[in-house]
Amino acid sequence: MQSRTMAPQVILLPIKPAFILATLVVALFVNLLPWSGWWLWVRPDFVALVVLYWCIDQPRKIGFTAAWLLGLLMDVADGSFFGQHALAYSILAYAGIVLHRRMQRFAITPQVLHVIPLLLLNDVIVLLIRMLAGADFPGYPYFLSSFVGGALWPALSILLRLPQRPRTDPDHV
Amino acid sequence: MEHSPPPFFKTGPTPLARLLIFSTLSLVLLVADARFQYLEVLRQIAAVIVYPLQRIAAAPADIARRAGEFFVTHSALREENARLRQENLASAQLLQQLKSLQAENVHMRGLLAARERTHTKAALAEVLYAARDPFSHKIVVDKGLQHEVRGGQPVIDQIGVIGQVTRAYQWLSEVTLITDKDQLVPVLNVRNGLRAVLAGTGNASTLELRFVPLNADFQNGDRLVTSGIDGVYPAGLPVAEVSNVERNASYPFARIACTPLAGVNKNTQVLIVTVERDLPERPAAEEKPLRAKRSRKAG
Repeated sequence: MQSRTMAPQVILLPIKPAFILATLVVALFVNLLPWSGWWLWVRPDFVALVVLYWCIDQPRKIGFTAAWLLGLLMDVADGSFFGQHALAYSILAYAGIVLHRRMQRFAITPQVLHVIPLLLLNDVIVLLIRMLAGADFPGYPYFLSSFVGGALWPALSILLRLPQRPRTDPDHV
Repeated sequence: MEHSPPPFFKTGPTPLARLLIFSTLSLVLLVADARFQYLEVLRQIAAVIVYPLQRIAAAPADIARRAGEFFVTHSALREENARLRQENLASAQLLQQLKSLQAENVHMRGLLAARERTHTKAALAEVLYAARDPFSHKIVVDKGLQHEVRGGQPVIDQIGVIGQVTRAYQWLSEVTLITDKDQLVPVLNVRNGLRAVLAGTGNASTLELRFVPLNADFQNGDRLVTSGIDGVYPAGLPVAEVSNVERNASYPFARIACTPLAGVNKNTQVLIVTVERDLPERPAAEEKPLRAKRSRKAG
């Protein structure tokens, strides 16, 4: 019998690098949508989520360079200081790569408990840089987006794993 | 946690080494950008890369708005038309007065040999998206260096000032709203001509007047317009209305809260104003403080 905290063992198809690139571009696109008002507070950082997912799932295919470059693009789109998101995403990528063996052993739901602190760490880094540069503390709702991000993690991992699913049932002849 | 792979698998530097490399790089960028503003070229290049994504991402909202505009009813259009006609009549009268006043003004300034005041032009720009950053109040509009928008230009709507262009890219520019914490507008009280500096608070509906003495004559309901003495904003644009004056003798300055008049967070279309004026050159900075210090030391 399988434990509920362990990931089910399925042999997956190899991933295409183009698919990884496409998901990263889509994540950047979703971040750039015109969010406003309350949505801005609950909007998780989709780029951080997808970078973290791929660093855990495919640490050999994607790593620091992609995370760092995406961070730079986010900085330009946000008009914030150069290197702010780049630093946060690099640290996130490190956490993902270091923890990937451990995370891959867990099923999707317990993975959320790992993901939320990592997203919080991401937010805290950005917050620290902003406050060092003279911004005010924006209030505790700022951290809400990390929890929303954690809640989206199961849906995201099912979605991103879809193209890797074996097409035919191996038990069926 | 991380088991080192056997030496026959080449994996490059360890994750920790890579982390150190990339975070050092980020920190160098941060310092170079925040302290020395060296990276404008790099920023321009990256901005060109993100530009298509920014345009596409702004498209759904744009399409939704246009669809909404398409499905207006006949009666709503007629009502709007009648209202606009009335407004047009009212403003036509004002415009005629303005024209005669302008002519008179030019004549009198000529008599006094006073310097001509500013000529302004305005270009219409669409707001692509509002700030996605809870720390700052910025909007991105669809006119940039290619449309001769430059950093520092004031941005207004049909009522008054909403902000200032703080960074111009090739086809986009970033506008910092007057509600941003670091945005300052030099203003003038219409009622009595008192000058002050209006600063954002980071709150979308409050601005504050900074460094106003306790006994300064500011009252609730006073209208503040741009003073124009900075050479950035043209004079006389409405900015805000005083909403609350708090005089507490334990502080050196009065706390004066204001509400912005223009729809700072509402517009989808804004005007970027180009100010053409020939100010006399600033006098060269004197080394007075240094001398004063020396003399104090000597004395």
